Amino acid sequence: MRTVMRTPRLLVAILFMLCAAVCANVAAAQGLTLQIVNGVPSAIPITVVPFGQQGSGPAAPVDVAQIVGMDLARCGKFRTLPNSEIVQSPTTGAQIKFATWQQLKQDYIVVGSASYDGGVLKVDYQLWDVNKQQMLLQNTVARQGSDLRRAGHEIADQIYQKIIGVRGAFDTRIAYVTMVGLGDHAQYALVVADSDGYNPQTVVRSHEALLSPTWSPDGKEVAYVSFESGNSAIYIQNIATGARRLVSSRPGINGAPRFSPDGKRLAVSLSFQGNPEIYVMDLGSGALTRLTHNLSIDTEPSWSPDGQSIIFTSDRSGKPQLYEIPAGGGSPQRITFQGQYNADVSVDYDGKKLAMVQGNGNVYRIAVMDRSTGGQEIFVSPGNLDDSPSWAPNASMLLYAATEGPRGVLYSVSADGRVRQRLVLSDGDVREPAWGPYRTP
Amino acid sequence: MNATVRVSVVALFCLAAAACAKKQEVKPAPPPEAAPPTAPATTEGAFTPADLQTNACLRTRVIYFDFDKSDIQSQFDNIVACHAKYLRDRPMARMTIEGNTDERGTREYNLGLGERRGNALASALEAAGASADQIKVVSYGEERPVCREHNEGCWHQNRRDNIVYTAE
Repeated sequence: MRTVMRTPRLLVAILFMLCAAVCANVAAAQGLTLQIVNGVPSAIPITVVPFGQQGSGPAAPVDVAQIVGMDLARCGKFRTLPNSEIVQSPTTGAQIKFATWQQLKQDYIVVGSASYDGGVLKVDYQLWDVNKQQMLLQNTVARQGSDLRRAGHEIADQIYQKIIGVRGAFDTRIAYVTMVGLGDHAQYALVVADSDGYNPQTVVRSHEALLSPTWSPDGKEVAYVSFESGNSAIYIQNIATGARRLVSSRPGINGAPRFSPDGKRLAVSLSFQGNPEIYVMDLGSGALTRLTHNLSIDTEPSWSPDGQSIIFTSDRSGKPQLYEIPAGGGSPQRITFQGQYNADVSVDYDGKKLAMVQGNGNVYRIAVMDRSTGGQEIFVSPGNLDDSPSWAPNASMLLYAATEGPRGVLYSVSADGRVRQRLVLSDGDVREPAWGPYRTP
Repeated sequence: MNATVRVSVVALFCLAAAACAKKQEVKPAPPPEAAPPTAPATTEGAFTPADLQTNACLRTRVIYFDFDKSDIQSQFDNIVACHAKYLRDRPMARMTIEGNTDERGTREYNLGLGERRGNALASALEAAGASADQIKVVSYGEERPVCREHNEGCWHQNRRDNIVYTAE
């Protein structure tokens, strides 16, 4: 017994030393790693053959074929052949031996080659139907500077659109908040990254909490809540220039900003008139229109895609539920009736699918309600403390935040909930993901 | 890692888990100084700033809430009474009430819930004679937990109002 007691004490010391070492490494490790959690056997089989090299220039610093394959795999609609099973390496359609890929039960094959010359990455690729032995796509994509990985996302988008018939959303960005350290040593950052978590770029740093990042429809700005002044305040910041403006620092809560689809207005939750109410701010004049009038908490407004109505969280019936109100004002209608707690809606591009945090007891999961099928709901996350759902602009996938042990992590999940992928920041807490709009090339 | 060490690691985690479980059973009651028997709410004579350091009731600067609730529990009545008396006795004194929640639920909703808890204490102080312009309420929602485990023992400690004197 004595040795058993002594060993843990030694181990505690070792664990403390390990923790200290990890903390010291905080600044060093800033990358995001990816893991496929679940696979779907019914997904479309596709092979992305590693791309060949064109010309005598240096090798491309990014593996474009791998980026394409990862994108297609994580959206849940495709199943990519692992590199270890790719037995031949064609780089053009003429080199494809279709019998091989038919035997491997592949429906589609992507081949290509890349050159990297003077900092410019150029990729020629082709998409072939394996069974029909027919070329479906042939294109050249070029990128330079810090945008090399976008070549892969762009190709994945083109393939997705050709096969699925819907615009791809891989060449997009996400925003999220990170926190490292505790208490007075806490360091918050608002980060913007590619949709797969790569290329993180810190937009704002603060020693006080940052929350609720949200994108302008043109993808150039983010609005967010910062406690840097000691109380909540809403800012809008240009991502490229860093220029920012304070849009609300009234007494009480300044929270939950969301841009209207035309980018001219901002829906917010403000409590300067006594308790949190939904307002719409005209961003040109700063004028406020108050939409809700009662003593409950009204917050987390989100616009319908046509800008005509706003869905928000209210506990006017006791627990938080979702309500819808005309954007110009009117009578709110309750729209959620399943689950004890429904909050923080994300509305998809056509307004049919509402993703929300649904709480039952101590379990909080992401639920998707389909309004086109009479409000049928599915859960797309396992819990127990999942929140901040955010649709991809084509509604193929969602981002959400989960708590694993002591820290927060981000997941992307296919719209049917069947394929999840963790985007893990290697240190600290990651939270409040927001999926940005389509990018212009 | 050999087998003994591995077993020890497991033992360590079990010990830690047991410690937490035990804490959870004891926790529902707030810290002992919350109900000091030696702090009658209606002290003869006026409070002075020195009392903030020495008076057991005034030294208590936190009250706790039930899950999803914002009503002031009767066990904190004496805390409300002594801080209200301090504000009455010291018209130049100013206080910020920081409302907080546990981690369950969404961040923005919890900002609202934290504010509701802060307002509940402010209203109770005002009902006991403090002036509204002496009190400011700030909600931090779930952003400033004092405990980071995912269990009721921890959540209970986080569902709180903190009293901060900004002028004594």
